[in-house]
Formats: sequence, structure tokens, C-alpha cells
Amino acid sequence: MAALGRACLLLALAVCVYGIGASVYGVRTGRLEFSESGRRSVYALAGILTVAFAVLEVAFLNNDFAFNTVADTSSRTTPTFYKAAAVWSSQEGSLLLWAWLLSLWSSLVLFLTRARMRDVAAYATAILLGFGGFFVSLMIFYANPFQTTHPAPVEGAGLDPLLRFPTMMIHPPMLYSGYTLCTIPLAFGMGALLARRVDAEWIRAIRRFAFAAWFFLGIGILLGARWSYSELGWGGYWGWDAVENASLMPWLTGTAFLHSLMIQEKRGMLKVWNVSLVLATGTLAIMGTFLVRSGVLNSIHAFGGATLGVPFVTLIAVLVAASIYLVVSRRDMLRSEHRLDSLLSRESAFLANNLVLVALCFVIFWGTYFPLISEALTGKEASVGPPWFDRYTVPLALILVLLSGIGPAIAWRRATLANARRNFAVPLLSALLTLIVLLFAGVRDKPFAIAMFCCAAFVSGSISQEFFRGMRARGAMAHEAPLVALVALVKRNRRRYGGYIVHIGIAVLFVGVAASSSFQHASELGLSPGQSTRVDAYTVRYVRPTASVTPDYDSASTQGGRELSAVLRSEPGVTLAPDSARTGASLSLGAVLDVSKNGHHVTTLRPSEGYYDSGDPTQGSVGHFIGGQPVSHVALNAGVTRDVWSAIAPDIETPQLKRIIALGNKTLPFIRPGEGIVAIAVMAGAYMQHPPQAQFHFIVSPLVMWIWIGGLIVTGGAMIAIWPAPSAVRRRVAARSRARAAHGLVRA
Amino acid sequence: MEYLTAMNPARKRTVRLTVALSAAVILAGALIYTSFSAASPALTPSQLVHQAQPGRSYQLTGTVVGGSVHRDGDTLDFSVEDRAGGTAVPVSYTGTVPDPFREGREVIVTVQKQDGAYVGERDSLITKCPSKYKEAPVPASGGASQKQPS
Repeated sequence: MAALGRACLLLALAVCVYGIGASVYGVRTGRLEFSESGRRSVYALAGILTVAFAVLEVAFLNNDFAFNTVADTSSRTTPTFYKAAAVWSSQEGSLLLWAWLLSLWSSLVLFLTRARMRDVAAYATAILLGFGGFFVSLMIFYANPFQTTHPAPVEGAGLDPLLRFPTMMIHPPMLYSGYTLCTIPLAFGMGALLARRVDAEWIRAIRRFAFAAWFFLGIGILLGARWSYSELGWGGYWGWDAVENASLMPWLTGTAFLHSLMIQEKRGMLKVWNVSLVLATGTLAIMGTFLVRSGVLNSIHAFGGATLGVPFVTLIAVLVAASIYLVVSRRDMLRSEHRLDSLLSRESAFLANNLVLVALCFVIFWGTYFPLISEALTGKEASVGPPWFDRYTVPLALILVLLSGIGPAIAWRRATLANARRNFAVPLLSALLTLIVLLFAGVRDKPFAIAMFCCAAFVSGSISQEFFRGMRARGAMAHEAPLVALVALVKRNRRRYGGYIVHIGIAVLFVGVAASSSFQHASELGLSPGQSTRVDAYTVRYVRPTASVTPDYDSASTQGGRELSAVLRSEPGVTLAPDSARTGASLSLGAVLDVSKNGHHVTTLRPSEGYYDSGDPTQGSVGHFIGGQPVSHVALNAGVTRDVWSAIAPDIETPQLKRIIALGNKTLPFIRPGEGIVAIAVMAGAYMQHPPQAQFHFIVSPLVMWIWIGGLIVTGGAMIAIWPAPSAVRRRVAARSRARAAHGLVRA
Repeated sequence: MEYLTAMNPARKRTVRLTVALSAAVILAGALIYTSFSAASPALTPSQLVHQAQPGRSYQLTGTVVGGSVHRDGDTLDFSVEDRAGGTAVPVSYTGTVPDPFREGREVIVTVQKQDGAYVGERDSLITKCPSKYKEAPVPASGGASQKQPS
């Protein structure tokens, strides 16, 4: 099977090289059959990589530890769902996922544009195949997912327990879809510049793909934040980590592009800017991949070893140089057809939004790469922390949210005082009302949070007004009931109203961010059973410890399994069951916490810490069961107004527990795991009888849930905007039937 | 304003562009300047002992000395030594402790020198992931590739 995978990679590289040659030759000589053949090689690449991906997936599901990647990131005890997803947890597997998604998305865009823009598409084909070839070469020469070892090890190392979390499994495919989709506008933008066809047609062709890139990248970022919040034991959703930043940067420039392209479509302006944004977004997406893959910056995401650094830096340098050369050499073609009429117009609001987004991107870029910049300039490695990022991003985010309310309400071309008064009375009033309510409610400190709440109210006012006016106008014209008119309005103009819903979602999301970061209460302390502590208005009491031991998977029928059951019956309080989150922890120690407010019971939380099998013989026949990296299983009581969050770090280093492990290591043989796990159960029993003090981390965070709700609203709005308008579908169907009829006529 | 309207449109655009560009350059300059003054240098324990000045933050990187970890209420005390061993500095830290924190693990913590001791900034402790530094634990697999979140 591995041979098939390796053959697929070699064939894929050959197809890429051929396809690049054929497309370029075809477009240069005008021989269409060659560029056609180039396009077909993208389909072929997609087919080949699908086979390669399937081979790897099957190897994971069959526990084929002859594959090095399978042995490194999976094991028999890894639950099946996580086995399937472990494919993209390794360096090699994620490169394959990248290349595969790229080939799929490229096939789709080239299929949709097959009858249009032959020259632009031919160049785009060559560029996309160039990316494909690059990633396939990385796999062949640096990180081959189909490398094998003989004889195969009997057991693998298992999937990193930190990744055993459902959203973590969807996060990489979403993010990679976003990254790969970012390269499609780049390929067509470069294609348009190369072919000197810089009219709006290429923009129309890739608009939906740019939107999809933005959409998937956004979902990927949000899922990552959700994972961080509910799996990593620190309770935050964003830490300005290098890799988080890397995914945010192309999303910001992509957002800017989605707005400024509307100005190009409507007024023929900002052509240089748009094409630069497209090129920057694609390059930033490649840089994002590079950051994760190369490990140049310290990050929890970084892979070890910097072997991929050189090829990636080369690719990025080529992209930057080519982008600058193309834009500068084609600048005469990119002249604007109109000038900005007034600084008070929708065009300027869009321009301002673009500048703010690009400024945000620049701030994040500088902060992220600062360790490298500092080392290059001063010879010393230094880094900037979250406070530095906050200092710039918070004000910029405020302006951005405010602009997302101004943009939809301000007039195109030139706003007058009269229409400004007409359009901004309601939004300003709602912002003012919010301010008054907040001040009366006693919210005085935290000016940035208050400003964000007011801006969000401004946006809601402005967008609601747009919906209301549209609905009223349509209702009056078509004599429809208000709700019918509203649905019809959105249906007729999906992009516009879908976009407005996205604005609302972003405002809601930022309210969640502002509230939870400004008004969070956190507490970190050690408690013994029976003790309690106060966090904000809540009293948290450590009621009792919990312990569960997962029996060896095939131990139920063995001697060890029976012994284990017997021992566990005598160990009070220890359950013989997989850990509650079913992530395959051998031991899980936790606590039952009673949360109350003013004497009334609010909720019961059960945080725990999972201990995993490291498979490392040097830790002893018992020690290895809990020798892997421990992982927090966070307990969360989510609410509309606040989340109560808790994590536990039990103390398993007490002399008594250490003695049990040491004794087990000395007396039990390594080859009989069933007996080793009995010793773990005995240890858990001892822990239950004399529970030592455990460290707890409590957080009460207001309105966190609105971050996820805002994300869902954005998703909904984006779906409305991206869905093909019914009229367009109808047009396409009509065109096809006309073509068929014409074809029939010709035949007749 | 009248001066601006009296100018021809091309000149006006140039002026506008110059103003916008200089504003951008000034803002970028401020950003770059503050990044250098706000950055905390990354130092190893032996460098820290020689260079640390009271009141400045440093990012201390090194490994946690075996047997040095003690908890005292909210405070976690541990020592950090150079990766190659040698100089060790004691750190007292409060705040979130990441799951993988163990003796012998590589950590990064932001510290300040206070009265001759090193105090860790709240919630600044980061553990470098162990799998980044050790071979895959299954000896027979022979691969040195590592697993990490992506």
C-alpha cells in the first residue's frame, strides 16, 4: 500500500510538471488544446491525490504501523474517530491534506471557468499546479507520508491527547480549505496580470472563491479559538500565538478585498489596490502554512526541525518578487476609471475600512515576526507580548466595528448633511441609549469595553434600519406582508443583505470579546475536599474527588482484566470506565465542584485531568501508563450571560502515590499490561482515600457565549451571501437549455 | 480649504496622497519604535544572571531543574537552568500552570528581577511541547518526526 502512495506522489509531480508546461505552451502559442490539456491535468492531480489520501487514511484505520506517520501519531488504543482524523496531525499528513484540498478547489474553479477567460485561466492553471507541485515535492523530498519501517512496530505512540477534541478534528480541514482557497484568487490575479486582461471579469470569476476562502478561514480560526477555550487548561480563546496570527492575517486582507472589490465592480476604482490585496492574501496564506510547518517561531503549534524552512522561504520570496514585478509593470493598465468624489461617501468608508484592516494586518505581522526582525537588526532575540498587540488592535477593532455600521448607511459618491441626518439618527440614538443604560447600570471603568458596546449598538441600529427600510419599500411596492417582504428582499439581494447579517454577527462577536476580556474574574488556588472559594459572586466548593481507570482494551477476558475488576470492587470510588470525554486516557482524576450564588445552587462541575500512556519503557511497567502528557478536561457551565469555567491539576506526586508506582514498576513485568493497570487502579484508590490538595483554576467570564453566537450569525450571513442567487441559477439553466436547443437545431 | 479648492485636481491629489502617506509612515514608525521598547529580550539563565536589571522584563528560557518545584499556596517556586546545564536561577511564579509543566521540561517564562529574586509575571509561563525535543517514544518506528497540534 505504501508503494502505491509513493507512486501516487511521483505521478502527481509528473502531472504537475506536465500541466504547467502544457498550459504555458498553450497560452503562449494560442494552441487551445494544450491549455485544455493543462486544465485536465489539474483534474488528474485531484484524482491521484485522492487515491494517495485514501491510502493513508486506510493505513490509519487499519493500524498499519509500518507507516512511520501512523506509528508516530496513532495507536491501537486511540479511539477510531480520532484515528481517522490523526492523518492530518503529523507534518507529512497535513502536507498531503494541503495538496489534496488545493487540487480539489483548483479543479472546481477551473471547471466553472472552463468556457471563459481562456488565457487568464491557463496562467492560473500553471500557477495552481506550481503550488501543487511544490507541496508534492516537499512530501517526496522532505516529509514523505508513505515512509515505512520494517519490521513494523507492534504499537504506535498514539495521537497527542491535546488533539483529542472534536472541533480540533474539523479545524485543520477548515483552515487548510481557507488557505488553499486563498491561492485561487492569487493564481487568477497573477494570470490576469500576465495575460494583460485586468478588466472585472477575472474578479467576477474568483469572487465566490475569495468569499469561500474568507469563510473557511474564519470558521477555522473560530474553531481554533473554541478549542483553546474548552480544551487548553488556561481558559482563553486568543493568545496572540504566532500561528493564530498567521491565520488571521490573510483573513484580514481577504476581508479588505471583499469590500474593495465592490468599489471596483461599481465604480472601476482601486484596481491596483485590489490586485495587490489578492496577491498579499495568497502570499500570507502560504506564509501561514510556512509558520506552522517550519517551526521558526516558538509556538505551541510549531513542529520540530526546520527542514522545510528553505523551500518555503524560497517560494515566498518568488511570490513577493513576482507580485511586485507584475503590479509595477502593469500599472498603466490598472488606472482607475473614476476619482473619489468626496471624503464623505460610501467609497471613502470602504477605503477607510480597507486601511484599518491592512493596518491591523501590519500590526499583527510586525508583532508576529518581531523575534526574527529583532534578531536580524539587533542580534538579540526578543518578543512582544499580548499587551503590545492589544494596545494597537483594540482601537483599530473599535474603528472597524464603527465603520461596519457607517458603510451600509452612508450614500455612494457624496453624502450630504440631509441624508446623513436621515441615515444616522437611529444608529446614533441607539449608541447613545446604550451608553446611558451602561452608565446607569454602574459600568464606569473599562472605557474600551463601553466604547465597543456603543459601537455595536450603532451597527445594530444602522443595519436594522437598512432592513426595515428595504422591507417597507418592498412591502409598499409589491403589496406584501412585512415578513414576506423581508424574505423576498433578502432573496433578491443575497450578497448585500447576507453581508449586513455578517456585520451584525461581527458586532455581536466583538461584544463577547470586549465583555469577556474586560470583566473576567479568575482565581487560581489549591483546595482540599470540603473547602470552598469565591470567584466573583459565585461560591465554588470542592465536594469530593473522582477517579476513573480505563481498562486495557483487550483485558476484559484476560487474567489481568479479572484481577482488575476484583481490585476495583475493593477500591471505593474508583470507576472502571473510559474517561468521560472518551479520549483514551488510562487514568483520569477529577473533582465534583458545587457552584452556588447567594446560597442557591447554580451548577455542578466535574473537571478532570487525563493521564495518558506514553508507551515509554524507561518509565517502568506501571509508570508509562500515566507517563504521557497530562491533559485538562475542562468543565464548563455555559450561559447566555456568563460562563463558569474550571480546570483541575491534581497532585499525583505525593509520597504515597509515588511509592505505589515505584513498587509496581519493580515487581510487575512490562509485558503484562493488565497487571500494570491494576497497579494504576490501586493508586487511584489510594488517591480517593486520602485526597491531597488539588490546584484549581476558576474563571467567571461574562458574555463569552456571544462570541460563538456571533460566529454563527456570521456563518449564516455568509451562507446567504455565498449561495447562488435564484435568478443566476435560473439564468444558467435557461442558457444551458438554449444551448441544447441550438445544438439540436444545428444537428437537425 | 480654499487654497485646496483653488489648486488643480492633479496637484490636490498629490497633496492628499503625500499627507496620507506621511501619516501612515508616522504611525508605522510609532509602532516599530514601541515594539522595540516594549519587547522583552529572550535570555538563558546564565545570560539573565549577568544582564538582568531590576524593573525590566525578560523572557527566561531554559529547563526546569529536577527536584526544584515547590508549591506554596498560590505561588509556584522552581529553578530554571541552561539547556546544557550549569547556571540555575530560582523563579517564583503565580498564575496558570500549563498541563505539560514538569521537571526537566523546557519552559519560557517572563520574569522581573525584584530584590535579587526573579518573579514570574502572572500567567506568562509557557511550556514548550516535549514532543518537539524528544524522539518519538516508540523505538522501533525509527522516525524522528514529531506530533503537534496543527
